[in-house]
Amino acid sequence: MSKEVRIKRGLNLKLKGKAEKQIHSIGAPSVYALLPIDFPGLTPKMLVKEGDEVRAGQPVFCDKRDERIVYCAPVSGEVASIDRGPKRIIEAVRILPDSEQKYEEVPNWPAQGKKEEVQQWLMACGAWPFVRQRPYAVVADPAQTPKSIHISCFNSAPLAADLEFALHSMEGLFAAGVEVLKKLTPGKIHLNVDGSEATPRFISETKGVEVNRFFGPHPASNIGVQIHHLDPLNKGEVVWYVQPQDVVLIGRLANEHRYETERTAAVCGSGVDKPHYVKARIGAQLLPLLHNNLKPGKQRVISGDVLTGRKAGSEGFLGTYHAQVTVIPEGDQPEFFGWLSLDPKKFSISRTLFAWLNPNKEYELDTNMHGEERAFVVSGEYEKVFPFDLYPVPLIKAIMAEDIDRMERLGIYEVAEEDFALCEVVCTSKLPLQETVRHGLDLVRKEMM
Amino acid sequence: MKAARSFFDSVRPHFEKGGKWEKFYPAYDAFETFAFVPGHTAHSGAHVRDAIDLKRTMVTVIFAMIPCLLFGMYNVGLQHFRALGQPDAAFLDMFLFGALKVMPMVVVSYAVGLGIEFAFAIVKKHSINEGYLVSGMLIPLIMPVDIPLWMVAVSTVFAVVIGKEVFGGTGMNILNPALTARAFAFFAYPSWMSGDKVWVNTSGGTVVDGYSGSTILGNLAVTGKAGVGYADWSMAEMVIGTIPGSIGETSKIAVAIGAFILLWTGIASWRIMLMSALGALSMGLIFNAFSGIVPSPEMQGYLGIPFWQHLIIGSWAFATVFMATDPVSGAQTNTGKLWYGFLIGFFGIMIRVFNPAYPEGMMLAILLMNVFAPLIDHYVIEANVRKRLKRVQPVPAKA
Repeated sequence: MSKEVRIKRGLNLKLKGKAEKQIHSIGAPSVYALLPIDFPGLTPKMLVKEGDEVRAGQPVFCDKRDERIVYCAPVSGEVASIDRGPKRIIEAVRILPDSEQKYEEVPNWPAQGKKEEVQQWLMACGAWPFVRQRPYAVVADPAQTPKSIHISCFNSAPLAADLEFALHSMEGLFAAGVEVLKKLTPGKIHLNVDGSEATPRFISETKGVEVNRFFGPHPASNIGVQIHHLDPLNKGEVVWYVQPQDVVLIGRLANEHRYETERTAAVCGSGVDKPHYVKARIGAQLLPLLHNNLKPGKQRVISGDVLTGRKAGSEGFLGTYHAQVTVIPEGDQPEFFGWLSLDPKKFSISRTLFAWLNPNKEYELDTNMHGEERAFVVSGEYEKVFPFDLYPVPLIKAIMAEDIDRMERLGIYEVAEEDFALCEVVCTSKLPLQETVRHGLDLVRKEMM
Repeated sequence: MKAARSFFDSVRPHFEKGGKWEKFYPAYDAFETFAFVPGHTAHSGAHVRDAIDLKRTMVTVIFAMIPCLLFGMYNVGLQHFRALGQPDAAFLDMFLFGALKVMPMVVVSYAVGLGIEFAFAIVKKHSINEGYLVSGMLIPLIMPVDIPLWMVAVSTVFAVVIGKEVFGGTGMNILNPALTARAFAFFAYPSWMSGDKVWVNTSGGTVVDGYSGSTILGNLAVTGKAGVGYADWSMAEMVIGTIPGSIGETSKIAVAIGAFILLWTGIASWRIMLMSALGALSMGLIFNAFSGIVPSPEMQGYLGIPFWQHLIIGSWAFATVFMATDPVSGAQTNTGKLWYGFLIGFFGIMIRVFNPAYPEGMMLAILLMNVFAPLIDHYVIEANVRKRLKRVQPVPAKA
């Protein structure tokens, strides 16, 4: 049965610079990069050398633990460099794109096959990394069988790309992608949609799935929240999830036999002159996407949204799971008695400022921390934006103490760093929660392997 | 502002690594971050942050206490002049008299407490926390006016060192620091903390005939009546606060203004305040029900006062609004807060009525519940864990 879920606790952070629903054509990026950092817990093993020619969809590196899982070039071209950081960690594999795209041959998908064959096919054509799992929020482990697969068909994060717009007229490809995913689980496929909007058109051709309606503020679109409310995870269970744009990618592999990572991404935020949409492939250099469109002053370019995105720097790249580039001003100036200021430009969920007077106001927030890190003092704060039946503060403390048994008992399997993003925003003590949760997940995962 | 910025920029090198006052960096840092919220930007996780920080939180609580502080100053003067038989003294005289008594206590409390905080921060090389800004204001507000300043200082030392720093500073303490100070003074110098001589300053004159400086709770414990004659203290006076008591707690109106600020801004927990009221009222109702069957007439009188009056006599209101809601020493789960608040009100009134050695029970009730708060939270969290464990059902093995 399809369900309706009402999320009460959360926060819609309203920011200036929502992308206008128009796709602007942009100059072709001159360089692409595949970043292992997009895949937490991954130790990559290189499959190409500098100077090699690659096609779009050709493996570039694989997972050292399971070499069947390969990560593919988003474009055809020449491997320009393999950047290494401290301890020779691979930071980026740069590819100079060809002017004419050449695609790796993709075999027909085993429509009559069993789970293993379909998995083989997905892994062979490089689409496996788009299938992720909870617990841990990492690329799915093909050895396991998920009890269900969830697809969050909306995005409530600040300024997120409107999926209905981004997936316009892709209902056939989406349905094809879901057909492939159906083979992977004996359980159900859940399409979770925004209950306050009309059912998205891109799921209209998809049959044989559960459509669940979610109401309420962000993080209603977070996959962890949805799984928690529909099909909560217990120890030993796994749920897989795929983003809608990636479902289309899988559908395209099945129908059109090519690995095409192009997606519709929002270029948004108060640091952008004209927020709009662009077509871009994953790994695209962000600078060309923002060409002639940045406001003056020091800006932070983020691949993803302001809650969970990655600071991209001046020469950043579009993340594998991102369909959004947000630009907001850097707030690196000290502020004279800033803790007393009642500046209406500031935002606070508490009523110590006047944000509550005008709940629909759009803010132009910068990256300032507005204070220093402190020990936990205020209580009951995270609960206001954390729609899980879990206790966030004891869980964070258990992670800080690296007490794996306690983390398990407090429900670490059900959360990922993104679920703590709003807690991190509202935290009076300015604690690095997402970093902490990722650390906890890595610890537990290591223990289990 | 520019001058301040350039001043900090010019002295900063002395405090940084290699500078001559390197050791005192935490002290420098405290002053600099007091004047300027640093230009730190989010380096991991969410890229935008709420404008609230601990300084803003603490200063909001201090704003909420200002009505109590100002009224306390006025009331100190008012009680003084009344005792000397000059109830018609000018308002300003009363206020100035009170201010001259109260301000030195505030100064001593802040100077001693912050001095210790700075010293610990420098030795332990951590940044200075804002928590004491609130405790430092609370300590004078919950003392009797006649307590010598050195006792305030000693109590503060005890509260900050034993109550807080040994546990690791702000955020780590088990007991409410301000109440720790008061409890220390109460047990170390009982003759300065209770009785009928300490609540009203009567220096510089002779008291009028038949005057008693006793508090309503003191009277009730001894005679079962609120005043020397019950009519002495009207309902209105109890609410307005023109009665003897600890400096900041007498005016229920001032406390209500503070409560409004704290609840409206969302800084303090409405759960704790509401449940503390319910707890106190329940205890009051229980007492009303049993007042007929106790033998002593004093006890009968005390048990028989209308149950709701417990909320306007004594320091129930002040303690509930400003002390029970301390997020560090209180229960931290939302369900836990309900129990924690209820039991504070319940035990506070119970101790107040049943134990003649402690005319007011709120201090001990809150300290007691501070100790039990982690236990309450433990059971709340374990219930949640058990609920999750119950969800696990044996799944038939799948291929």
